[in-house]
Amino acid sequence: MAKKELTFEQSIARLDEIVRLLERGDATLENSLSLFEEGTALIRRCGKLLDTAEQKVVMLKKGADGTPEELPFDTGETV
Amino acid sequence: MDERKVYSVTELNQYVKRLLDDDPELSEVYVGGELSNYKIYPSGHHYFTLKDAEGSLRCVMFRGNASRLRFRPENGMKVIALGRVAVFPRDGAYQLYVSDLTVYGAGDLHVAFEQLKAKLYGEGLFDASHKKPIPRFPAKIAVITSSAGAAVRDIIRVLGKRYPLAKVILLPVRVQGEEAPAEIAGALRYANRYRVAELIIAGRGGGSIEDLWAFNDERVARAIYDSEIPVISAVGHEPDITIADFVADLRAATPSNGAELAVPDQMELREAVASYEIRFSQALGRKIAAERQRVKDLSAKRVLQSPSNYLDDKRLLLDNLRSRLVLTGEKSVSAFRHQYIRLASQLDAMSPLKVLGRGYAIAKSENGTVLKSAETLKKGDAVTVLFAADAVDCTVEQIREGESWQKKN
Repeated sequence: MAKKELTFEQSIARLDEIVRLLERGDATLENSLSLFEEGTALIRRCGKLLDTAEQKVVMLKKGADGTPEELPFDTGETV
Repeated sequence: MDERKVYSVTELNQYVKRLLDDDPELSEVYVGGELSNYKIYPSGHHYFTLKDAEGSLRCVMFRGNASRLRFRPENGMKVIALGRVAVFPRDGAYQLYVSDLTVYGAGDLHVAFEQLKAKLYGEGLFDASHKKPIPRFPAKIAVITSSAGAAVRDIIRVLGKRYPLAKVILLPVRVQGEEAPAEIAGALRYANRYRVAELIIAGRGGGSIEDLWAFNDERVARAIYDSEIPVISAVGHEPDITIADFVADLRAATPSNGAELAVPDQMELREAVASYEIRFSQALGRKIAAERQRVKDLSAKRVLQSPSNYLDDKRLLLDNLRSRLVLTGEKSVSAFRHQYIRLASQLDAMSPLKVLGRGYAIAKSENGTVLKSAETLKKGDAVTVLFAADAVDCTVEQIREGESWQKKN
């Protein structure tokens, strides 16, 4: 199963890896099946990540000690 | 000698100076000519001579005015100087105190642009080898532009539509006026110091060459060059090219285009992900077909039909060979040994233990025959399942006719 922590980028990279392993065809049937399951779970996860993503926009302000502080930024648009 | 007044040198110089100072025409005058003998003193003041075919005029431009020049004056350049004429009493010579210089003919911004471009090109700031790749899936994108205006909204809108997974971090700066270059360069350095993002888009919307000028500033160019975070320049409209565009890792034609170049399009990503699904299914389908064939091939072999008989045969053969080896003289030993090794390895390869070791199991009915299907079984029958190293006795719970093992377990 896909780990919850995988980012979109990591998920795509893992999908690439899985499809290569499966297409090479030398994994055991049992491994092939679990790769297939992992892959379909990752596909679902990628779709869900895109479906549920809400763009975050912040404005950066230099804090008193120089470190960045994030402020909300109103884009003035309904996205 | 008559009674006419005798002036001291100083008095006369002062007298002439007053004359010139009082002349309104000379207090602000444009003079066209060619620059020569141009010198910049350590004080920051610029000294030069303006010449034409017949005459020359000494000029000075003080540091404050000189620092506002957009181009670097060079000898031979045709310029128009704005200044006032006054006497320098120490030398008794008049000169032009220049407040501004512009290049005659070509605009001075154009000249400045070409000069800076040539200089930075010479220093290698535009080298392709220095350009960094743009990350494929940036999780955080810093946008350095004005917080007002269309550019920032265009960038945010396009980023949100294409790849809403990326967080947008705006570093608001002024993008025109005298403060702009320092603010833009400062934001670039700040973004790097605190690693606020994996990618920077720096730019502004369209405008006149004056409006875009901050992106032709050397400080901005150097800050882009120094940035360890890849920078996409997104300034003005399509035909506008700035120095920032040459230095940036990637040049976008407009702010919206900058956002397009920064992230993948989720529509394309969805298609790519869907194509994985197809490839998975096809690869797994092929695997299952190959495995099914292998099972078919294996079950046709005698070793699986009655493995114990087969093994007994081989054991007898081995014993026979062994005894013959012992009895045979030295000469034929190696020949027999070869045959022995070959047979032994064949036996090993055929061994059901090898097959069982790969996860297959042998099911036997009560009377010891190997089961190839559920056909002969009924509910309640005893079945023994042999693994590589051990076995289990089972009772048939349910006959699932027509159900293939390839189906998802």
